[in-house]
Amino acid sequence: MGALHRIDPAPAAATILQRPSALDPSAGDPVVQVRGITKRYGGSVEALKDIDLDIPRGKLTTLLGPSGCGKTTLLKIIAGLLEPSSGEVRVNGREVTGPGPERAFVFQDFALMPWATVLRNAAFGLELRGVPRREREDIGRHYIREVGLAGFEERYPHELSGGMRQRVGLARALAVKAEVLLLDEPFSAVDEQTRRKFQEDLLRLVAQEKKTFLFVTHSIEEAVYLSDGIVMLSRRPGRINRIIEPAIDRSGSPDEIRRDKHYLDTVEEIWHGLRDYVD
Amino acid sequence: MTLCGVRVPMMASLIVWCILWEIVGRMELIFLVPPFTGVLSAAWELLHNPKYLDATAVTLRSFALGMTLAIAVGVPLGILMGRVRAADRLLGMWVNMFVSAPLSALVPILMILFGMGTATVVVTVFLFSVWIIVLDTRAGVQHVPGSLVEMARSYGASRWQLMTRIVLLAALPEILAGIRLGLIRGVKGVVIGQLLVSIIGYGELFELYSRNFLMEEFWALTILLFLFAMLIAEAVGVLEKKIEYYAGVRQ
Amino acid sequence: MKTTMDGVAAMPGPRHGAGGTLLRAAAAMGGGMLLWRLASIALFCGLWEVAGRVPISPAFPSFSATAIAFRDMMADGSLPAAFAVTLQPLVLGVVISAVLGVSAGVLMGLRRGVEWVAAPVFIVFQAAPMAALIPLVTFVYGIGLTAKVLAVCMLALPVIALNGYKAVRNVNPSLLAMARSFMASPWQRVVKIIIPDASPVIFAGLRLGVSAGFIGVILAELLITPTGIGDLITYHRSIANYAEMYASIASIILFSALTLAVLQRIETVFFRPEKQGA
Repeated sequence: MGALHRIDPAPAAATILQRPSALDPSAGDPVVQVRGITKRYGGSVEALKDIDLDIPRGKLTTLLGPSGCGKTTLLKIIAGLLEPSSGEVRVNGREVTGPGPERAFVFQDFALMPWATVLRNAAFGLELRGVPRREREDIGRHYIREVGLAGFEERYPHELSGGMRQRVGLARALAVKAEVLLLDEPFSAVDEQTRRKFQEDLLRLVAQEKKTFLFVTHSIEEAVYLSDGIVMLSRRPGRINRIIEPAIDRSGSPDEIRRDKHYLDTVEEIWHGLRDYVD
Repeated sequence: MTLCGVRVPMMASLIVWCILWEIVGRMELIFLVPPFTGVLSAAWELLHNPKYLDATAVTLRSFALGMTLAIAVGVPLGILMGRVRAADRLLGMWVNMFVSAPLSALVPILMILFGMGTATVVVTVFLFSVWIIVLDTRAGVQHVPGSLVEMARSYGASRWQLMTRIVLLAALPEILAGIRLGLIRGVKGVVIGQLLVSIIGYGELFELYSRNFLMEEFWALTILLFLFAMLIAEAVGVLEKKIEYYAGVRQ
Repeated sequence: MKTTMDGVAAMPGPRHGAGGTLLRAAAAMGGGMLLWRLASIALFCGLWEVAGRVPISPAFPSFSATAIAFRDMMADGSLPAAFAVTLQPLVLGVVISAVLGVSAGVLMGLRRGVEWVAAPVFIVFQAAPMAALIPLVTFVYGIGLTAKVLAVCMLALPVIALNGYKAVRNVNPSLLAMARSFMASPWQRVVKIIIPDASPVIFAGLRLGVSAGFIGVILAELLITPTGIGDLITYHRSIANYAEMYASIASIILFSALTLAVLQRIETVFFRPEKQGA
């Protein structure tokens, strides 16, 4: 039935669209299919309206928009943490009715248990699934190392900086070996330096883990720097404004990328797009 | 809770408890629990009983005096502790101790120092309520944003202006919270004081009713007292809500 | 910043913010220097001594006289014996209140139905002067240990229950969402998230319960029948041994203060590692 719905006309700038859109429903093998999602709060406030969206497998897709545009709401609906007022979400073709093992969520405020060590926090998803202690701790250790926190396994969250705490949140999401990682503004509570380092690490993880990342942010630079595809949402009621594929050449060093003309043009382009409908 | 789609307010369950009370009372299981309706009619009669009205007047006067004293002493002391480090360090330990100490143990001392009368009850109310007012005021003053104080200074506020126009007002939400808690403690203080002195106000009535096994009157008195305590707490709560908006702005 | 009902630990923030003003004040002062503390004690005792020497009242012994009386009563064993008697109903009452109160509080927090039925009762009991009911328990349970235990429970139970209730209701919603996203079962949600996250506030409630229990046991000993410390107070008052009477009262107040300080310390060490050294 997905074929009946089409994504809102997304007149993305021709200069940016260099290859056929992977976000178009006609393109093959999307992991997440969003169909006609509308979310109303309290019966009247419309947070999201008629969202149709396909998230391609193995890519990092960003939901970008001003605060209050419902991007976090959309992410939580995909996670199964919120129920849509109408419409449906399918993951690997199966309808989402609640949280599932193929999706893992990274929380904006980290959501770490203050009474548990980094290791227990990282392995918590596995603990809930009843994985034996030995095994889950081995997996936990692996991913703690993977996110660059080796040596902090026995520390408590309050002993870590904000950036390190979010790394624990990321390790926890990776440890359950979900196919789709849903990240809700993971860097918003982190200072700028840490944030850049974290973004670079995230890019490495995306390349290495071959998972699908769906990322919410309000930072244009961050979106362009990280994403394979950017879904721009307009302000309330949230609608898909347009879809952009930055196709940034990431072969250079981070600093080179950030000075790259194509990168800067894309940022500028989005800026103008946003300004048009903010005014 | 919702029943048949209708939201039933939480406090409504108290009605259920009262009905239960009535049933237990009617079954005459324990002489201690007379039917609730009996208690209500006793309460009605009590409200027209000059002895009760006298006792209420005495109790209210002790309560009001004690509370006035507690606020008059507690708020300035709290401000002093909030602004002056040395005062905070010298007094902090004792205030913290007395705020949770079993002050009922002090009432026998008060009885020999102030006599078996209103003065003892007034001092009991004062002692029960003053410490929490001091602590909350102190906390409020310490949480006044530094930028607000600096702003006042940079516009040339005098010490007195700074205190009355900035510190006192900025700390008002906490001060009121402290006074609300102080009032609740004060009600407990007036009851405990009168129970221990036992020859004035409600203490005398409680003594009279329980000695003569007048259970309906005893419960009626208790319920009226509870109502009074709840009403006072509610009243300050309403006042607090009115100024809460700027407590919200602050954080 | 908010302070809630009398004695109930306040929740200033969404995260572990229990204890409210009291706790914060205590924590701020806990880091105080020993010197200031000694000066503070010296000031208090000095004022007491002067007031006693003036004297402001024939029934107001000086600090030194009270201290000597305290030493004598410790030496002849009357004070320790009285404490042993007083502590029985206190400990029993607090333990009973803790078990009942925590269970009731957690249930109220978890189940809407239980909340609807029970929470208002505890709210009323918390705000109302329960001391008025103490004479009543003597009718049913006489003047023995049971009556005194009941007096302690009447004062301690509401605080403990309400704190448990608020603790569970104020569990970090973000942690609950996290548990849900990792598909925790309802049982796992309670055992692995709600109880651990609520335990600091629950424990703070226990501490407040102990504080209320002290008030209860002293009232019981003064109102029901003089035993233990209450007996010492009443007896020495009747024979105008004011120094001994003051020593008894000061010792029970001091004892309760020390107990509460120890509980506070335990709370910081075990439940709030993030506040240590702050």
